[in-house]
This record gives sequence, C-alpha cells and structure tokens, in this order.
Amino acid sequence: MNTISIGNLLRRPEAGAFLGMIAVVLFFLVFGGINFLKPAGIASWLNVAANIGIIAIPVGLLMIAGELDISIGSMIPAGSMIIAIMSGHYDMPVWLSILAVLGFGVVVGTINGVLVVRTAVPSLIVTLGTLFAVAGMVLGLSVLITGTTSVAIKAPALYKAIFGQFIGGTYQVIILWWILLTAVYVFYVHYSKFGNWIFAMGGDRESARNAGIPTTRLTIILFILSATSASFVGMCQALLFNSAQVSAGMSYIFNVIISVVVGGVVLTGGFGSVVGIVFGTITFAVVNQGIYFTSFDRNWSSLIIGVMLLVAVLMNNTFRTMALSYAPKKK
Amino acid sequence: MTKTVLELRNVDKSFGPIDVLHQISLKVKEGEVLCLLGDNGAGKSTLIKTLAGVHKPTRGTILMDGAEVSFDGPRAAQDMGIATVHQFGGTFPLMSIGRSFFVGVEPTRGWGPFKIYDRKKANAIAVKAVQDFGITRVDDGDRLIGGLSGGERQSLAIARAVHFGARVLILDEPTAALGVKQAAHVLRIVNEAKKRGLAVVFITHQVMHAMAVGDHFAVLIRGAIAADFRKGERSREEITDLMAGGETMADLEAQIEGYAEAQTDNPPPPSP
Ligand SMILES: Nc1ncnc2c1ncn2[C@@H]1O[C@H](COP(=O)(O)OP(=O)(O)OP(=O)(O)O)[C@@H](O)[C@H]1O
Ligand SMILES: [Mg+2]
Repeated sequence: MNTISIGNLLRRPEAGAFLGMIAVVLFFLVFGGINFLKPAGIASWLNVAANIGIIAIPVGLLMIAGELDISIGSMIPAGSMIIAIMSGHYDMPVWLSILAVLGFGVVVGTINGVLVVRTAVPSLIVTLGTLFAVAGMVLGLSVLITGTTSVAIKAPALYKAIFGQFIGGTYQVIILWWILLTAVYVFYVHYSKFGNWIFAMGGDRESARNAGIPTTRLTIILFILSATSASFVGMCQALLFNSAQVSAGMSYIFNVIISVVVGGVVLTGGFGSVVGIVFGTITFAVVNQGIYFTSFDRNWSSLIIGVMLLVAVLMNNTFRTMALSYAPKKK
Repeated sequence: MTKTVLELRNVDKSFGPIDVLHQISLKVKEGEVLCLLGDNGAGKSTLIKTLAGVHKPTRGTILMDGAEVSFDGPRAAQDMGIATVHQFGGTFPLMSIGRSFFVGVEPTRGWGPFKIYDRKKANAIAVKAVQDFGITRVDDGDRLIGGLSGGERQSLAIARAVHFGARVLILDEPTAALGVKQAAHVLRIVNEAKKRGLAVVFITHQVMHAMAVGDHFAVLIRGAIAADFRKGERSREEITDLMAGGETMADLEAQIEGYAEAQTDNPPPPSP
C-alpha cells in the first residue's frame, strides 16, 4: 500500500525543495570546489541556515495556514536589544531578560494574531504595521535609555554555552536549537492532529471552522510562534556577538520568505511541509554563502536567488498538480 | 411512526438591518428527506446554517427531540448529531482522503503530548465508509481530495457525516454542478442515508432531483415559507412554479419569448 517509489516521492511537498538543494550544492561544488563541503565551509552556510531556519518554520506554517508575518524583521533586533539593555546596560539577571524576550514575542504575536482574526485586514498589512511599530519603539527606547543604537552585553558562560557560542570555533550553538526545534515541529505538524488542523485551515478556513477546529486560537498561536522565534534568534545573536544593534533584521524578512517558498510551501496555503522548509532554508544559505567559495562577484548570488525563487514558485504549482492527479496503480 | 428530530418554531434571522428569514416553522423527521426549494437568495443557505449552529436565530426557537436547544457553534450542533455539507466547500482539495475525513476528530494513538495521528486507521476507516456507499473507485486514503470528481467529493462528505453518527444530515445543493450520472450517484446516497433512518434536509434547484428523493417539500420565497406539502400533493408543474418564486413557468416562458421577439424586431446592424 505504502510503497516507496520515485513517483510517490516526487509528489511530496518537499520533493522540489530537495531537488533544488541538490542542484545548488552541485553547482557550487563545480564552481567553488570541495572547500565548501569541508567543516569550515559547512559552518559558513549552516550558521546562516540555522538563524533563518528557526524563524522560517513558523512563518512557513503561517503561510500554510494562509497567513503571513513580516513583523519578524523588527522582532529580531527587539530580542537582541531587550536582553542587551536589561542584562548589559542594567545588569539584571540573564534569566529574567530571557523571559522578557520571549514574553515580548508572545505579546507582539498575540497582537498580530488578534488583529488578523478580529479584523478582516490581510495579515501582510497588519504585520507591516507591527513591523514598523516595534522597530520604532526599539529604536526610540534604546536611544532614550542608553543614548546609542548599539549596546554591549557580557553574559555568564553558562548562558553563552546554551544560546550563543561557537562550537569548535566555527559552529554556532543555535544550529543545535534549529535541529531540536525542527524535530519538534515535524512531530507536531506531520504526526499529530494539530498539523491536520493547520492544513485544513489553509485549505478552507470556513470549512475548517465548520468542522469544529478552533481556527481563531490556532491562528493566534501560530503568530505567537513566529514572533517568539524571531525574538529568540535575536537574543541568541546578542549573546553570541556580545552586542546588539537596533538595525539588524530587516533582510530576514526576504530571506525567510524565500526559504519558505523555495521549500515548497504553496503561497495560497494548504500545502507544504516542515522538511521542505528546512531544505529551502539550506538551499538559500548555500547560495548566499557558496558564492564566496567561487571566483564570481558576490552580487551574482542575488541573481541566482531571484531565479531560484521564480523557478520554485513555478515548480510548486507543477508538483501540486502532480500530487492532485495521483491515483494508485491498478494492480 | 416517524419521529420529529429537529424543529424550528417561528424563527427569524437578520444580519444587522437585513432581514433574511421570517417566521420559519419546519419539522425534520427521522427517515425522511425534507427538500428546501427556492430561488437564488431566498435564504436557503441561511436557514440551514441556522440549523447547523453557524448562525444563531435572531428570534424563535430550535427544538431537538422536543426540547429547546441553542447551539454555541457548529461544533455544538455536530455533537448533537447535526451534520452539514455546506454549499461550496466542506472539503480540502490539498488534503488526503483520510486526513480530511477526520478533520477535527483525528484518531490518535500514543500518550500525553506524544499522541500520534493514526494515518493507517484514518485511511482504512475513510475508504471503507465511502465504499459502503457504493463508491468503489475510492480505494486509497492517501489520495488527495482535489483529485476526486465532484460527485465523489459529495459522496465522501455524506459518508463522513453518516460515519460520525449524524442523525440529521443537511446537504446544501449537493447535486449542483454535477453531471447526470454523478448526480444520480449522490441521490442514491441520499436515499441510502434516509434508509438508515437519518433525517435529511436537501437543498436543490432541480425539480427532478427534489422529486427523486423528497418526502416533504418546503418552498422559501424571500425568506418566508410560501408552501409546505408532502410528496404527491403537488404536481411537477406546480413545484416548478413555486421554485421560480411564485411566477408561473408559463409567465416566464412568455417573458423569454417576448424578449426573443424584441431581439428579432431589432436585428443587429450588419457588420462592415
Ligand atoms: N452573513 C450575511 N450578512 C448579510 N446578508 C447575508 C448574509 N448571508 C446571507 N445574506 C443575504 O441573505 C439572503 C439569502 O442568502 P442565502 O445564501 O441564504 O440564499 P440561498 O437561498 O442559499 O441562495 P442560493 O440558491 O443562491 O444559494 C441573500 O440576499 C444574502 O445576500
Ligand atoms: Mg445557498
């Protein structure tokens, strides 16, 4: 019944993402040489992937559910600045700052979610609003409190070891967080009933509600996950680099969305997978970093990413059509 | 010996200033098909959404087994055995048959936070439920809903409702947009559900379909019940007239002919 065949594998949402990932790895292997797959080379793109990946999964789930969250762009610096101001500028205990960082994610996520479900305003516009509101607030408070836009933080070794350290001098500890969180997401999205609810909601919100799924609560929870993940990543960056900047983060909006779409999530919702998003994130990071291993000017990486994104969108539609037309072979 | 399962008494429904339903009183009985007929916008979908707990009546009461009830939401109505297959929807094109069959009531195995969605069980039950209704072409629960035909999708939705122990089955235009054969299939399933003792509320614009399965007919015109009769009490022509909103078919035909004549009186200018 559940035989593994090439045809069946190709119909999974992550099929295109997987092929894309192999293609870019081969491309940079040919043009950049093997260095890029040696430990130091791997670290360069794996670090980038982990930082994006932790945010890309919840944003991807929102997209599967038919929503979007771009406020992550200011939630990353918000997370960095909260811990840096509280424990760097003011010497408060780090555990308290961590609670504040995650708590702020919960607050902003709740605001996003409630606004989206209570008003009929598209989530792109709602989160565009919170993107700017949070960015302004972080900048304003930071200048008001510290007089600068960049704050140093010296965290105790224990917290650095857990959240912000280089393992073996090159691998960021956040990679382990990414792996752990991915495993948790894979379980809940693909092996528990909650995942079913997310896909149903993205497929047809009205029908999902009629089937008794708590769509309002689920939407708010997804927004909380994405905002909190972004503030978490910001916090880890501040602990890693021992400082926080107000301006870091806006590029993540594009990087995350590209990773999700390249990962096979269909823009109209209802189709996608966590593993696909992971492949998409790795693909993006490989292109982003692999260019340094080649003799090309690094500006070309944007061209590759742009083309890749367009190809991915077209392929996603093809894969979806294939998945729809799947019928078991007559025995 | 037919028992009334669900009853509406003097139900009104308005959306803000818009009055959609006026003084609706209806009885839905076990083992019977109640056909709701009416023109576009007459309020049929609104009426069944009120029965299904999607809308709350503005005034009036809903009784189930003779006792007054009030549904807090679609889930509450479902828990009392009222299953609805809504117009435009009820299925998720990009989900598998097994998964969409169990949306909201997924079978799980395992413990605590590690409960696993039981795909095998879900697929097996879903496929069996559909096949029991004679749709033998559906034999793999991993197939996506979007790959099924319209009739198969409706059948799946009906099978789902019956499987989950519905006592009242509400179908909003299940045969719209279906070909003759597919529609016949769905009608057969409606009959099968009736035989199993379910009370069925069936909405359609097609007199033939209504007459094929209906035991009891109610015609809505602008939100009010204009006629309420049982099988055999009205002729096909009378029903057709009622469905056209009270205008007789003869009038409509005259109008159409009048229009056609007006057209031939003024032939379009010849093109250069
Ligand atoms: N949520 C709502 N808010 C305001 N008006 C509504 C709402 N839902 C329905 N209406 C109005 O109520 C009237 C009846 O709509 P309804 O969908 O019940 O008609 P219907 O009989 O099902 O028509 P059709 O045969 O086209 O499906 C329409 O005029 C519609 O515009
Ligand atoms: Mg309708």
